[in-house]
Amino acid sequence: MSRPVLEVQDLKKIYGTGEATVHALRGVSMTVHRGDYVAIMGSSGSGKSTLMNILGALDIPTFGSYKLDGVEVGTLSDSQLALARNRLIGFIFQAFNLIPRTSAVANVELPLAYAGVKPRERRRRAMAALDIVGLADRADHEPNQLSGGQQQRVAVARALVTEPALLLADEPTGNLDSKSTDDVLQVFDDLSAAGRTIVIITHEDEVGARAKRLIRLVDGAIVTDNRQSPIELPPVGAAAAHAKVQSVTNGHLAAGHGAAARTTTGTTYGPASSYAPPVGRHSA
Amino acid sequence: MNFLEVVRFSLRGLSANKLRSALTMLGILIGVAAVILLVAVGNGSAKAISDRIEALGTNTITVMSTGRGGSSSTALTKKMADALIDEELAPDIKSVSPVVSASSATMTYEGTDHAVSTFVGTTPDWFGASSTPVEKGASFTTDDVTQGRRVVVIGQTVAEELFPGVDPIDKQVTVSGALFTVVGVLKEKSSTGFQDSNDTAVAPLTAVQQVLAGYGSLTSIIVEAKDPDKVDAVQSEVSTILNQQLNVKSATSSSRSGSGTSSTPYRIQNASSLLETQTETADTFTTLLGAVAAISLLVGGIGITNIMLVTVTERTREIGIRKALGAPRRVILTQFLIEATLLSVLGGALGVAAALIGSHFTIVGVKPVIVPSSIGLAVGVSVAIGLFFGGLPAARAARLRPIDALRYE
Repeated sequence: MSRPVLEVQDLKKIYGTGEATVHALRGVSMTVHRGDYVAIMGSSGSGKSTLMNILGALDIPTFGSYKLDGVEVGTLSDSQLALARNRLIGFIFQAFNLIPRTSAVANVELPLAYAGVKPRERRRRAMAALDIVGLADRADHEPNQLSGGQQQRVAVARALVTEPALLLADEPTGNLDSKSTDDVLQVFDDLSAAGRTIVIITHEDEVGARAKRLIRLVDGAIVTDNRQSPIELPPVGAAAAHAKVQSVTNGHLAAGHGAAARTTTGTTYGPASSYAPPVGRHSA
Repeated sequence: MNFLEVVRFSLRGLSANKLRSALTMLGILIGVAAVILLVAVGNGSAKAISDRIEALGTNTITVMSTGRGGSSSTALTKKMADALIDEELAPDIKSVSPVVSASSATMTYEGTDHAVSTFVGTTPDWFGASSTPVEKGASFTTDDVTQGRRVVVIGQTVAEELFPGVDPIDKQVTVSGALFTVVGVLKEKSSTGFQDSNDTAVAPLTAVQQVLAGYGSLTSIIVEAKDPDKVDAVQSEVSTILNQQLNVKSATSSSRSGSGTSSTPYRIQNASSLLETQTETADTFTTLLGAVAAISLLVGGIGITNIMLVTVTERTREIGIRKALGAPRRVILTQFLIEATLLSVLGGALGVAAALIGSHFTIVGVKPVIVPSSIGLAVGVSVAIGLFFGGLPAARAARLRPIDALRYE
């Protein structure tokens, strides 16, 4: 197998000093190869967000080594880090983090602008990325004119527009209702089927079930690491999970699914979304 | 990513927050305009005061006799006045106007009487020396003086009393039985004190001497210096000549302030004390202006600081997002610096424009006079503050780890 996209060894993150010391990560080691679709699950406080921020080069570990595409991230300078974030990583946040009062296509173009791509080429690639997430017709909408699910799909388009080696998603569906969750997860499934490397953080079983590999994190350490489907094939969990989510949106609320149906502003935009079937809105 | 691209980013950043950008610029505009206008108003009132002092005639001195009238040995005569016109001994004298004045001369025109409070007989130079220009018609000429022609220039009050609704030029008036032709009307003068300075009539020296005052002594001699700075020199020159003429031994002369010593039969009044007052006034105003400008700049600067800090702090999250997307620190810093520069410079320019427009209006009774250096100072300080407080927090935010900037609330 080729060089791993991501390789962390004995990663530790300690916040605070003295009595107030918090060990967010207590030595995490993992390797992710090209084409894998990894879900990292854990309850809140398990250190999964800390891990994600380190993997996204947004934060630095207290101890341990992190190799991204074979490069030791800890040794990179500030400008090299910026380059790595731009070219190697596509980061998707739980809170979408689109630039306010800026159109969807301009938001998607942003990483390309920092990469020095010419405006014409930039626009073409941004539109292509929006097309992948099914939002080409919403390109000129500003974030506050989009539903939560649409905003998150714009964020996904922004993350994949630079064709990064690694897509990182930090609870991408945490702020979404079940219908939008399904839309976004469908995009991830498609991307994975297209051979992208994805690492996703979640605390929802439905989301975890779709991944090819499931890692459980408890108190800052990995407790289980299960391969759910082969790395070379499209994620098999997808179809099953898809059916399950569909049944939920049709009114049969599964016990474990209550959290996923948390209402966001997304559903209030229902009429604006051509993706929400009428029944889908009842679940909100 | 080239510079032009970053400029476009800044413009997009500014236009994405139109209201905030407009308010920021408004803050800078008000700061700059306030400083420039306040200084201009202060400067304008200082200038108004100095103009008023200037109008009193800062470059003239008045020689008056201290002796009791009649005593020919101490009286000022036309001969003495003529002696003062001497390029050798008195090179700084511009003009000499001998003056005889008759109080309470009655003027009559077609049955209307008017008692003129001061009837002055003099030479044409007097109009310039005493800063009383002729508004309508003409003053009399040197020829009129030598010929003793009976022509008169009357003050505004006299014109209104004797010729209500009639053009007084070329009308004949009777003064003590003699006919005088009105040739001009004096420009209205602001009255100081109790006396109405417009209730006056001016005629050739010789004519007044013939009709009213007689050929005795002069009331005073008004000497005009070539330059306001030469007044002191003129004063000593005048003393020297007069002492010679009057055979005064002691050369103590009169003191500067105009109070003649008893040893000389004349005293000299000059306006240099007023000049001193003027300088002091100007100095006081300069200090006042400095204080006002400093306070205005401080207040304006705090306003700019405030809005810049708020703007950047509010956008710390955005900076975090941009860093997470791979924006190099340099690009972020450049973008925010350009935004701050555009806001500061545009706001400053608009402020200057507002101040320039505002200076065309009379503010609290003062016509503002723009001080060019105040424009430079106001714009310079505002732009510097805008750049500093716009750039510093942006630099700080750009240095943060993306995750810390993203978590910033």
